[in-house]
Amino acid sequence: MSAPLPPAIEVAHLVKSYAGMTAVADLSFAVARGEIIGFLGPNGAGKSTTMRILTGYLPATSGTVRICGHSVATDPDAVKRLIGYMPENNPLPEDMRVSEYLYFRGRLKEIPRRKLGPRIDEVLELCDLKRVRHKIIGQLSKGYRQRVGIAEAILAEPPVIIMDEPTIGLDPHQILIVRDLIAGLRGRMTVIISSHILPEIEMTCDRVLIINRGRVVAQGTPANLRREVLGRTAYQLTVAGDFAALPALLITVEASLKITAQGEPDASGFVQLTLATERDDDLGEPLLTALIAHHYRVRALSRAHPTLEDVFLAATRRTWDATQPNPPKAPAA
Amino acid sequence: MKHFLTLLSHELRMLLVSPSTYIAATAFLFFTGFIFTGILESYTKAPQDASPANVFFSTFFLPVFFMVPLLTMKCLAEERRLGTIETLLTTPVTTTEVVLGKYTAAYALYVALWGATGGFFYILKKFSNDPRLLDSGPLIGGYVFIAVSGLLFVAIGVFASSLSRNQAVAGILAFVMLAALIIGGRWLGEAGFINRDVLAPAKAAIDYAQVFSHYDDFTRGVIDTRHLLFYFSGTALALIFSIFSVEAKLIHS
Repeated sequence: MSAPLPPAIEVAHLVKSYAGMTAVADLSFAVARGEIIGFLGPNGAGKSTTMRILTGYLPATSGTVRICGHSVATDPDAVKRLIGYMPENNPLPEDMRVSEYLYFRGRLKEIPRRKLGPRIDEVLELCDLKRVRHKIIGQLSKGYRQRVGIAEAILAEPPVIIMDEPTIGLDPHQILIVRDLIAGLRGRMTVIISSHILPEIEMTCDRVLIINRGRVVAQGTPANLRREVLGRTAYQLTVAGDFAALPALLITVEASLKITAQGEPDASGFVQLTLATERDDDLGEPLLTALIAHHYRVRALSRAHPTLEDVFLAATRRTWDATQPNPPKAPAA
Repeated sequence: MKHFLTLLSHELRMLLVSPSTYIAATAFLFFTGFIFTGILESYTKAPQDASPANVFFSTFFLPVFFMVPLLTMKCLAEERRLGTIETLLTTPVTTTEVVLGKYTAAYALYVALWGATGGFFYILKKFSNDPRLLDSGPLIGGYVFIAVSGLLFVAIGVFASSLSRNQAVAGILAFVMLAALIIGGRWLGEAGFINRDVLAPAKAAIDYAQVFSHYDDFTRGVIDTRHLLFYFSGTALALIFSIFSVEAKLIHS
């Protein structure tokens, strides 16, 4: 990224309160250009509210939001030209044809008439909508409607795309298409998506932002988040042999390696163990070599991949604990 | 105002492809045709003082009460209910453009529907061959009145639609507001208590806002700038309130 360009999205001390309830409380983050960022949080965490403020649809109570250097509060016109937005539940007019709708939206987004036709063909192709271009939107299935929403968001090729739960209600095949579509935007456009489908976010996003109760509780790449929130890598080992000597042996393999959980031995004497270490690189080979050398019988060894789901649960639980001493605030609906 | 034409042509297009427009138009013409036939029938029985055009336009409020709420209740309420207002307002359009686009489209349909009733007079002229039945003064005055008063009536309907996300509520609100303006004004003007000296300023105001007396003036060929001002300023006010209403709902949503 060249230095003089301001970040694509810059949010500082954003607060939004609705009649007595605080939906977003002092939220600050920045998104670099060309980055795909995932926005996670439990229901009512303030995801949709934040996204609406980013688009300028809702005014913030306090704080600043800048899109490519333009303030949303003082320069909403410029901001609206820089974003493509797909709201939650993807509202679409029921009684228009797909191509008509895209034409109308393209005109509103100030795409010159000459370029609009080819551009519509292009996005229809990208979103695999060619077959339904003359169909009425109200008669389309959920998957198609969702893709019409995405096509509309990327239509004007804005530098920033904001999508609120773009993959909700799609089947796995369609999710794959949408994921490829979003991945195809990497580098050219800044994308911010919210989702409940965590593997989804993990595969597409460069960076994840977990918010809860209107605050950022964790942010970083999925790998970093795992380390930061869960702290260690885990292994599953099914083994038989001398368990008393096992901890000492593990320390010779890696100093921080220890047993965190131990199951009951089964009929043939095998026990399932969970090992944890602070090392990130794979310890599988040295571990196996050491175990075999000391005549342990190994049935299975696998490296446990903590999913983003675990990170998400851990991070949101952590804030839950942290906010417990305070008088509980009603979560925004 | 860059997007006004885009929005207007979109709205008109949606009206033209929507079956409900044609159903409403048929019902409207059926209803006004029924009134017109009734008027002509009374002419066959006894000679009348007023021309058919005069009597026909004096029933303007009946179609207005039903048609204006039906035409306008959908425009903003539906956008809010579906949530499409959110996608609309996050493009570089302003609320003013959105409201004006919808208003102009609804007004165009209103005028077109009334314009279609011109066919009644054409048929009358063609088959009666009686020039006395077709007095051009009340005819032109009547249509001018419909066009000018329609500005305000449709604007009131749009305002009602901006108040609720429920179409039925918007329709009923529009009906009540129109009834208050048209019938309520006449009722107040005729009520005895308004003649007290204390209420003289209120009486002056109510007399000024009498839609029926405006109608009488227009059909007599008197196009008074005070009446025009009443409708133009009322329209502007209703539209400004509609714009504020849409924006206020965003701020307090």
